[in-house]
Formats: sequence, C-alpha cells, structure tokens
Amino acid sequence: MTLVLDMNMWKDSLGADEFVKPILSVIGVCEVRHYLEEFDTAPYDRVILSGTPLKDDEYLNHPDAFKWLKKYDKPVLGICAGMQAMAAAYGAKVEKCQEIGMAEIRTLVDNPLFSGTFKAYELHNYAVKSTKKFITLAESNKCTQAIKHPKKPQYGILFHPEARNIDVMEAFIR
Amino acid sequence: MKLGVLFSGGKDSTLALQKAMQKEEIACLITVASKNPESYMFHTPNIDVTRMQAESIGLPLVRVETSGQKELELVDLSKAIIEAKKEHRIEGVVTGAIESVYQAERIQRICDKLDLWCHNPLWKLDQENLLRQILENQYRVIISGVFAHPLDDSWLGREIRADTITELVKLREKFQISPSGEGGEIETTVLDAPFFKKRIEITKAEKKYALNSGTYDIIEARTVEK
Repeated sequence: MTLVLDMNMWKDSLGADEFVKPILSVIGVCEVRHYLEEFDTAPYDRVILSGTPLKDDEYLNHPDAFKWLKKYDKPVLGICAGMQAMAAAYGAKVEKCQEIGMAEIRTLVDNPLFSGTFKAYELHNYAVKSTKKFITLAESNKCTQAIKHPKKPQYGILFHPEARNIDVMEAFIR
Repeated sequence: MKLGVLFSGGKDSTLALQKAMQKEEIACLITVASKNPESYMFHTPNIDVTRMQAESIGLPLVRVETSGQKELELVDLSKAIIEAKKEHRIEGVVTGAIESVYQAERIQRICDKLDLWCHNPLWKLDQENLLRQILENQYRVIISGVFAHPLDDSWLGREIRADTITELVKLREKFQISPSGEGGEIETTVLDAPFFKKRIEITKAEKKYALNSGTYDIIEARTVEK
C-alpha cells in the first residue's frame, strides 16, 4: 500500500485538488494523510510527498513533521515541495530558485525513474541546493531537478510528473 | 481566503467555481471578453451571458474587454485581476484549467507577479469524470460552439445529458476529440447549476456554422425564478 502525504498548508484544501488528486489518479489504490497529522509509516510499502501551490511554502516551517524519513528505509518519492521537505529532513539546504512552466530536464546519472533529456512542468519558488548528502540525478538550466539518497531508494524530483511525465510516477510504483 | 474566479460561463469555470465555493470565500467573478474567436486563452461564445450568470449566482462581476491579440490579452487579463484585487480584496485566483500548461503557466506568472494565490481545482481531472460531475450536480449546459470535424451544426444548442456524453466519448475513440472539449473542440454555456439562485432561459438564439466550426449565439435571454 502506498501512502500519499498531502503537503498543502491545511487538509482538504483547494491545493489538494490540484496537487494530490492527480497523483491518486495515476497510482490508484493508496491512503492519503496530511503531513501534520499523526501517522505511522511502518505499514506502508512506499510514500509519496505531494507538491503545493506556488505560494505555499509552509512545510518549510515544520521540519519535525518529516523526522520519520530518517528511520524509514522503504521507497519515497518527494515531488517539488515534497522533495524540499525530504532533502531538509536529511540536512540538505533549500534555496530560492523559481521556475514556472515547461523546462528542459537533463539526466546526469542513470536511474530507474527517467532517462535522457525531456521536458517537464515546473512550479516552484525554492529548490534543493547542490549537496553531497544526495546524488544529483538531473538538472535544468536553473535548478537541481532530481536527487536520490545515497543508500535508500528515496527520490526527490522538483518538476511535477503528475502534469506531463506520469511515466516517472509509474516507474516509481512499479 | 477571498478568491476571484476566472469565469467564462462555460462548464469548466462553473465547476471550478463550485469547488472553490465549497472550500473558500468567493469575492467575485472575473471575465475577460475577447474579440478574437480564436483566442488561445479565453472562451469566446456567449461571453456576455456571464453578466446574467453572475446575477443568477449573486456574485459581483469584474469584466474587461480584450482585442484578443496573443500576448496583449494577457495584459488585459492582468488588468482584470488587478481590478478584482483592488475592488474586492481578493487574495487569490481560481481557474478552470484542466490540461493546458499554456494557460496554467501564464496565469501562474500573473498571480506570482501580483502576489496572489493561484488555484486550479480541476487540474488533470479525467474528462469523462468532469462530464459526469456536471450531470451529477444537475447543471444545465448547452453546447455553444463546435470547432472540430465531425461536430456539425446539429450539436449547436444541444444540452449536455448522459446520451450526449456517450456520443462525445464515441467520437473520441474515432476522431480523437476530447469529450469535454479541452482541446477547444467544443465550448459550452451553463444555464443553471445548484448554486444559481435563478436559472437562465434563452428566448432567442442563432446558429452560425461553416467549415467545421460554428457557434450558438444567445441573442436574448432572461433569468427565471427556480
């Protein structure tokens, strides 16, 4: 069973319609929790952390809500806000880096989620600063686009795969 | 959060309005009336009916006109949003965008510049699911424009019902037409929805059709108590 974490500022928001529901329509059966709710990740096979609207960066003010990541060894996919929260939980820094619209993504390291150069939809004000805590898998002209934990199957991607690259999400849940 | 809804009077912006009303406070509707029937950004048939729809719903309407030149219409959209922010103190904008990153990106940029939230509650919604929600919510929607083969003039003015949806889905299988018209194949006008205090009755309309495209122009209409 997959757990999808709603990263929006509050539960059942308009942001969830836009950033959580499209994930559910790709992955099918799953459970959804808000990131500030109490939950136990142990029963889940994998966790997906959603994105948020451009103006919603409240998740950066709640680092304690992502402490569970360090103890969780199963697959994780952090999308946009989810990537930033995941990286911050492992001690990486987040910096201002805005992209809105389609961008060209270049793969730097072979990985199971994507390959080559492709276009993807971007909507963010922040990005993960280049760090040795993660392997950088892809980049655009402006920002780090994808990272992987060096030991665990835990990925962060900055673009929104639910918008134009659902094959990336399908590869993650395969 | 006080929001303004970009409102064309068609099914998508009306459903986006309904979803936004369920979660936030709606301060106004915002309409950009484009004189360009081939606008990339804005729905054009019967755009003036939005005045009557706003009255039926009971919301103020911020309306601006645009010549519809490709990037100039974005300047006019920006003006409309600025007016809504000033007059109605909106903190964000709601759109009916479903698939178009062209539309979404441009509106996101305008909202970012104006320090406003941008919400797209129908984003990536499956087209059949969207049409089903229209039926389940007992909307009365007519097809007010057709812009793709094999949609002929018999579709103009037709109400969207279960049988219409079945036919549109069949056309998708054969002609790759988007059943909800997301690719611009059809445009719609909403005459009634659960949150309309009055319904709209068309008293005079005219079909115009040539070369695989046409419109159902509402010439006279009135609001009727429900």
